[in-house]
Amino acid sequence: MAAPVLRWRCPGRRWALTCFDRGSVHGRGAPTGSRSSGKRGQSSVAQQPLITAQKPRKGEHKWAAVVGLEIHAQISSNSKLFSGSQVHFAAPPNSLVSFFDASLPGTLPVLNRRCVEAAVMTGLALNCHINKKSLFDRKHYFYADLPAGYQITQQRLPIAVNGSLAYSVCVGKKPSRVINKTVRIKQIQLEQDSGKSLHDDLRSQTLIDLNRAGVGLLEVVLEPDMSCGEEAATAVRELQLILQALGTSQANMAEGQLRVDANVSVHQPGEPLGVRTEVKNLNSARFLAKAIDYEIQRQIKELENGGEILNETRSFDYKLGCTVPMRDKEGKQDYRFIPEPNLPPLLLYDSASLPAGADPQQVVNIDQIREQLPELPSVTREKLIQQYGMLPEHSFTLLNEVGLLEFFQNVIKETRAEPKKVTSWVLNTFLGFLKQQNLAVSESPVTPSALAELLSLLDRKAISSAAAKQVLEELWRGEGKTAAQIVSEKRLELMRDPDALEQLCQATLEEHPQVVMDVKKGNPRAINKLIGLVRKASLNRADPTVIKEILEKQLSS
Amino acid sequence: MWARAVLLLLRTPVGGRRGFTSKADPQGSGRVTADVIEHLERLALVDFGSQEAVARLEKAVAFADRLRAVDTDGVEPMESVLEDRCLYLRSDNVVEGNCAEELLQISHRVVEEYFVAPPGNISLPKLDEQEPFSPN
Repeated sequence: MAAPVLRWRCPGRRWALTCFDRGSVHGRGAPTGSRSSGKRGQSSVAQQPLITAQKPRKGEHKWAAVVGLEIHAQISSNSKLFSGSQVHFAAPPNSLVSFFDASLPGTLPVLNRRCVEAAVMTGLALNCHINKKSLFDRKHYFYADLPAGYQITQQRLPIAVNGSLAYSVCVGKKPSRVINKTVRIKQIQLEQDSGKSLHDDLRSQTLIDLNRAGVGLLEVVLEPDMSCGEEAATAVRELQLILQALGTSQANMAEGQLRVDANVSVHQPGEPLGVRTEVKNLNSARFLAKAIDYEIQRQIKELENGGEILNETRSFDYKLGCTVPMRDKEGKQDYRFIPEPNLPPLLLYDSASLPAGADPQQVVNIDQIREQLPELPSVTREKLIQQYGMLPEHSFTLLNEVGLLEFFQNVIKETRAEPKKVTSWVLNTFLGFLKQQNLAVSESPVTPSALAELLSLLDRKAISSAAAKQVLEELWRGEGKTAAQIVSEKRLELMRDPDALEQLCQATLEEHPQVVMDVKKGNPRAINKLIGLVRKASLNRADPTVIKEILEKQLSS
Repeated sequence: MWARAVLLLLRTPVGGRRGFTSKADPQGSGRVTADVIEHLERLALVDFGSQEAVARLEKAVAFADRLRAVDTDGVEPMESVLEDRCLYLRSDNVVEGNCAEELLQISHRVVEEYFVAPPGNISLPKLDEQEPFSPN
């Protein structure tokens, strides 16, 4: 049922703790449609790219894979979905628990307006139909970190349905093509998160922390329109960016604010969809893609060897890099859904249906939330492409790295260097430095203004681009010097004095008669060697185009 | 806890994995087999323990089964008895919590600030090793 996500040992504690994240273990009752009706199955088959088995025997063994996702996103709110206790990651155990969260008798759920608004906003951003009436249900299961014995969710009539999520996959390298894809969104439902269990295997006991119990979740159900791990991971990444742009969830996978379960099946094109398995506990984008691709290959191998796929729950073992069956011996659980008796239907309004004289605190207006929608990542990328003539893949990279877009925009604001040059410096040089040292943009020792100043120097041709890289390295050391100071201290300014340059060129020619001979013999590449030698002699302070001119003049004289 | 067990029993689907013989009993005599007891014990993490407890459960089931006698033909089910009421919306303020000490007092066992629960439905093999409930 639950598989270890993180197995960690706390220094100073005597038990071995296994953290089981089962917020997503009891995913949803209804299947996600990998085994949907033949008709729909067929139509989606036609769009599926084919995945070839690793060793096709007669060249006929083509398989199509079908992937659907269930994503739980923690709503970013001050207080929980149905209680006034605080939502906060990594607080002392059980410090953020109200009597309701602990399921004490006599307590009742009181719905948090913010969570409703977050669900509506997310639904609108994902092109969903917002249900003006939605219902809450109880989903029952017994688990120590769910003290009520049921989770309040929206099974019968969720708050948002029938949406879509557009994402793009880059294919090939140089030139890479961006392929736009869409995955349908079946529904978005509001539900409670569960607490956390720490399993102490040694003492055979479970430690319960209810801080997370009752935190508002958005469960987003994506239809099985994806066909490989990369597509799924890219769709999840896009959803993550959208949630973060909306501010409806921080969607940090490492902190469990975004948790993904995948439904995977394979079939021969033209045949009905295969039996699906569910892969749980995918809590990083990298493992998500890996786990799905592993599971696809495993199913293909199994079927090619004459085996059969069981409708089972598997978990990804990130150490072994494979999926393993989870303890799920008793087959399908019966969640015994019943309508939540303590919560009347949730009614939403639009500007047309808003009752006159209604207390504004007590009504949620869909149209008003639509007006508050911020710019979505796809629009931001389109603007970058239009405004700066950027390649689509560059716009993706800018948005994908946390804080990089803001950094880029701040640099652009403060420099007159061409946007293309800024893009190249930010995406290649600057990002390269960050990656090399495994730093986040926020940890960069170089501020946007410092980089902007450097790029302005480069733009004014005060320094060569090789010297600029050298300056950036100096800036990276974070000694508080400005780019201009470093340039003058290290004497990196481009040599503008034609006499000095001519002398330097002349000296180089005299020092390397062999290369000069090569040039005179007509070797076209020999001149480049000379240019390189002069640049080296100038300590990267000479403009190669100017050097070339001078050298050509000197050689022909 | 008893209510929970009865609820479980009543809501267990027909044609489940095990022989739920009490379901097959249209008279609602509330007869509960050893298999069902074992299944419920697993689900609810409750040890029924004695014949007396099982008898009490059977009586409770028989009592609840009387609901089936009510004729509901042609009556449209309600969403909720509160379905015509407004759902009150709370503003997103932190007004509760910070009562770990109080809550932990209720717990049978505590380690640091954690509640302690049995290993529960994690380690099935261990449950299998336990002596099964015997009806006699």
